[in-house]
Amino acid sequence: MLHPSHFASVLLFAFFASIAFGITQRETPRQMVRYGIYCFVLFVGSAVVLSWAMYLIAR
Amino acid sequence: MVATENKNAAATQDTQPGFVYLPLIAGWLVPGAGHFLLRKWGRGALLAVSILGMFALGIAMQGKVYANAHDILDMLGLAGDLGNGLLYVVSRMMGLGADTVQVTTADYGTRFIVVAGLLNVISAVDAHNLRTGRKM
Repeated sequence: MLHPSHFASVLLFAFFASIAFGITQRETPRQMVRYGIYCFVLFVGSAVVLSWAMYLIAR
Repeated sequence: MVATENKNAAATQDTQPGFVYLPLIAGWLVPGAGHFLLRKWGRGALLAVSILGMFALGIAMQGKVYANAHDILDMLGLAGDLGNGLLYVVSRMMGLGADTVQVTTADYGTRFIVVAGLLNVISAVDAHNLRTGRKM
């Protein structure tokens, strides 16, 4: 049984999804790596920003 | 420009014998298999690890594997799960995953399983595009 934290779940999700997006959406290895990193940053960054937004709204 | 691309695509398709939809079907049934058939070993391995990893994490987090659809959300979840191909069949046969979501991480696990299926469909289509020459 696995019970990762919320943030660990976000990191795992972003990691695997970014690899698949990078490979399938770009043609050259260099572009794949760049797009994978871009997707990872967007996934994690948007989760952090939305989390803070919901925290501030709830206060 | 477009004519040249179409000519290149047709030339690629002509040089590879066999059923043109084989990488698509193989890629859907087994994650990464479509790329392996096309000798894209690195891409296939990374896709297989990503999709299998996400699916395994979803199961380990006691995510729900959809068996039937009672409403529109269940139908969408089932469609996503079916994208896993043989992984879905095996998980159903072995009774893996939870019937009902009881903890928060299990809800995340359910999404992991669905997204693994959707990523598998994307990778199978990518293998098909490589096969037809639409992508290099």
